[in-house]
Amino acid sequence: MDRPNPNNSDTPVLEISNLNISYAIETGYLDAVRNVSLRIGQGESYGLVGESGSGKTTLARGVVRYLPSNGHIRGGRIVLNGTNLFDLSEAEMRHVWGAKIGMVHQSPSTSVNPAIVVGEQIAEVARMHLGMPKAEAWRKALEMLIQVGMPDPEAVAKRYAHQLSGGMLQRVLIATTLTTNPQLLIMDEPTTDLDVTTEAVILDLIQELMRQYHSAVLYITHNLGVVARICDRVGVMYAGELMEEGPIREVFKQALHPYTLGLLGCVPRIDAGKHEIELHTIPGYIPRLDELPEGCVFAPRCAVAEEKCRRERPPLIEVAPGHLTACWKWADLQRPPSALVSQRQAIPRVVAPDEEAPLLEATDVKKYFRAFGREIPFLSGRRTSVVRAVDDISIGVRKGFTLGIVGESGCGKTTLARCICGLEEPTAGEIRLEGQKLSPMVTKRPRSMLKNLQMVFQNPDASLNPQHTVAGIVGRPLLLLSGVRKGEIVERVIELLRSVHLPESYLNRLPHELSGGEKQRVAIARAFAVDPMLMVCDEPISSLDVSVQASLMNLLVELQRSKGAAYLFISHDLAAVRYISDWIAVVYLGRLWEVGSAKDVFAPPYHPYTEALLSAIPIPDPDVRQERIRLKGSVPSAVNIPTGCRFHTRCPRKIGPICETEEPPWQYSGPNHRIRCHIPLDTLSELQKTVLESSK
Amino acid sequence: MLQYILRRLGFILLTVLLASIIIFAATQLLPGDVAQMILGRWATEEALANLRDELGLNRPIYIQYLDWMRGVISGNWGKSVTTGVWIQPLVMQRLRNSAMLAGLSLVFYVPLGVFLGVIAALKRDQLGDELISAVSMAFVGLPEFVTGLLLIAFFALALDLLPANSSIEPGADFLEALPQLILPAITVSLTSLGYISRMTRSSTIDVLKTDYVRAADLKGLPRAQVLVKHVLRNALLPTVTVVAMGIGWLIGGLIVTESVFGYPGLGRLLVFGIQRHDMPLIQASSMLIVAIYGVSNLLADVLYAVLNPRIRLG
Repeated sequence: MDRPNPNNSDTPVLEISNLNISYAIETGYLDAVRNVSLRIGQGESYGLVGESGSGKTTLARGVVRYLPSNGHIRGGRIVLNGTNLFDLSEAEMRHVWGAKIGMVHQSPSTSVNPAIVVGEQIAEVARMHLGMPKAEAWRKALEMLIQVGMPDPEAVAKRYAHQLSGGMLQRVLIATTLTTNPQLLIMDEPTTDLDVTTEAVILDLIQELMRQYHSAVLYITHNLGVVARICDRVGVMYAGELMEEGPIREVFKQALHPYTLGLLGCVPRIDAGKHEIELHTIPGYIPRLDELPEGCVFAPRCAVAEEKCRRERPPLIEVAPGHLTACWKWADLQRPPSALVSQRQAIPRVVAPDEEAPLLEATDVKKYFRAFGREIPFLSGRRTSVVRAVDDISIGVRKGFTLGIVGESGCGKTTLARCICGLEEPTAGEIRLEGQKLSPMVTKRPRSMLKNLQMVFQNPDASLNPQHTVAGIVGRPLLLLSGVRKGEIVERVIELLRSVHLPESYLNRLPHELSGGEKQRVAIARAFAVDPMLMVCDEPISSLDVSVQASLMNLLVELQRSKGAAYLFISHDLAAVRYISDWIAVVYLGRLWEVGSAKDVFAPPYHPYTEALLSAIPIPDPDVRQERIRLKGSVPSAVNIPTGCRFHTRCPRKIGPICETEEPPWQYSGPNHRIRCHIPLDTLSELQKTVLESSK
Repeated sequence: MLQYILRRLGFILLTVLLASIIIFAATQLLPGDVAQMILGRWATEEALANLRDELGLNRPIYIQYLDWMRGVISGNWGKSVTTGVWIQPLVMQRLRNSAMLAGLSLVFYVPLGVFLGVIAALKRDQLGDELISAVSMAFVGLPEFVTGLLLIAFFALALDLLPANSSIEPGADFLEALPQLILPAITVSLTSLGYISRMTRSSTIDVLKTDYVRAADLKGLPRAQVLVKHVLRNALLPTVTVVAMGIGWLIGGLIVTESVFGYPGLGRLLVFGIQRHDMPLIQASSMLIVAIYGVSNLLADVLYAVLNPRIRLG
């Protein structure tokens, strides 16, 4: 992919100087964005990255002057093509919005009005800003839908939001924004809510459109891989300030700020697992805006900070052409100190003898749900249709090992986990733990079994009782399942908190007093309280920031080593699954398509679905050239499952009618790796390339 | 959509059926005896027995129920036992009166309530919002006989603008009755205004916070267009259903207001029947009120479905 040559020396499209944005609270002001300056030229895409609380979204909303009512711009200038936006009245801003600045937001499904057909939501922009009459505006809307590659635009234009998938809605929003060909496009996490395969398709589209429309783009995201793929320059924000800025390659290859280095180190690599490297982590948490440190805002978490950093705030200085950093010690970072990068390690892999029976054995598990059909012929009453969420899956997890399960949302991974835990009663199949058959419902399982099988959920806000203290939450399973005496519980809880790296002082805190990562640590401590043999982790890190994700993954790996628990790790994040798993199973539409050791699954031959998933991972390295394998459309409904190979409707490597009619057989590429596909493995190997073709 | 409506219709029919059983059972349990009511306290045992026989009161209870239901469905609602008037025309005339009052009240309070609710939402937590909330909640809290009497004292007695008594002629049409309808309609409106404005306020605030309204703003559409097209269309959905469900209450439940103004509505007819232990009258008017509640619920469901593409299109 070639990037258009950004031309910074000319007048930039957007120039932000010394922008300060604060939120008014009862006791004064919280300075959410402080002294940020940046410029974006014609045809240039500027990536703004940062974790939650970094102020990136506040900045974006400040640029368009659309802040919440307590948000105030307290200084600075925002100049768009020579016009200072702060000189404009609100009425005048409405002529800038939509016409000169277009904005695409994070969640497509809530950003489209549910009561108006989507075509009209594009056409109204054409009428407003292009002065088109009704019929012409509608034609323009259709034209824009074609621009963004919408299949069947005429029909789609007449649909409502609930009838379209997330990816299609994001196309609609992008089409809306581009209708006026604005000078500046602001994209705030436009792909964060989408599945990885859809994300890849939308990113391709954004890239293509950026080339075509040549507008300036401010691209906001927390995902370093996306920035690497999309942007020409990148700015790294932390706690409301710009830490580093520079051309994309330079920042990714030669970061000169400890925070940037730290972030890059946090992201799991898809070419190394937990046995090879330990993920880098950034200790501590982002400071609260009312407790900002005196010197460098990052100093309290910085591994190389010294006295001066804690005293004096470093200015953002240009250290190489176009490369700026706000660090006193940047010169020392040209050769990154070991404290700032992921450490290679060589931990001997324990290979389980093949003959040993798996700890968990799920055989032919099926879970069908009844759904009340919607498109029902006149008066036929309620005809039920069957959703085959999990349709004949067998998996095994060995003692002390991790089985990762990957697949797009809606593929049945969570349902499978819930069946194993006894939260759903499987329609068919058998689940054995240590050879002992488990009752399908958790309420009928004996306590000793409950003790052996624990679960960590995605959303700790929903899985921790908000009324209970940390001590109560972690102590409860001890009391109920382990028979620990009341007097000893506190001691045990402190021990557990220590093992998840939380201080004793947290004992009496309530969940709302903890950060997202801390809550998940409490949930992990609770799961480990009874020394389970198997822990089912359903997307345990998905809602967290990258640096927090890294520390939680390290924690899980550490606990696995010390306690010998096995994990069933479910995630849509392939890099995370690759890092933490010994074995990986790929699920699509309720069935397994590929099972193997993590290393084998991530190397050819792959199942074409796995190949597409891998090719979609945004890799935080601007030099990586990934094969572009893209899937069309979204996962078919589990009510009408395609015949033959269930993947044939989207398979980019479909070979012919056999795929539509015959269920593909399992093929073995080695003792630990099998693929269910009609294409011979040799052919697959020839066709496919490794994920990181030109990395390193 | 059709299936949805049919399903709702089924539910409502079931509700009405259950209500009919309850009404019938309740009228059986009421203290006092119809025969005694008709013949007076000094009637002989024999006369009472004869009359009971004649009225069919000695038959098994389920036969009486089925018999009654057959009458209800076929439109033969019988005669009032205390006044000897045919019930059906009486009830229908009262229904018409009630509908006139309900209609005028709706015209008064729905637009005003929506308007105030939207203003309150836009001026959220500012003086305008606090004022609207305080005043409208005060009226919700005041019983109708207080607001009604205050209105009478002011508009009828002090200013002599409108009649204090609303006992309209039987068969009067809307225009003839209008002067007498205004005060009771205002009374009803003051009580209901608060619900509508609070409802509209909270749903408007919710919708104003949505991503799609932000997106509409950032398209650069004029504020008025964002409000009418993007906000109200979604925000009024709950209000519309509340209004539609309120119709049942407006027609059958205005007993206090009707009594204060002496207005001959359906509610007052029911009270009249109850005071005199006039079983057929009680049964007929309460069945009608139940049916109207059912219809207004169905109306609410249908409106909700029509306005909400997620239900309309499935």
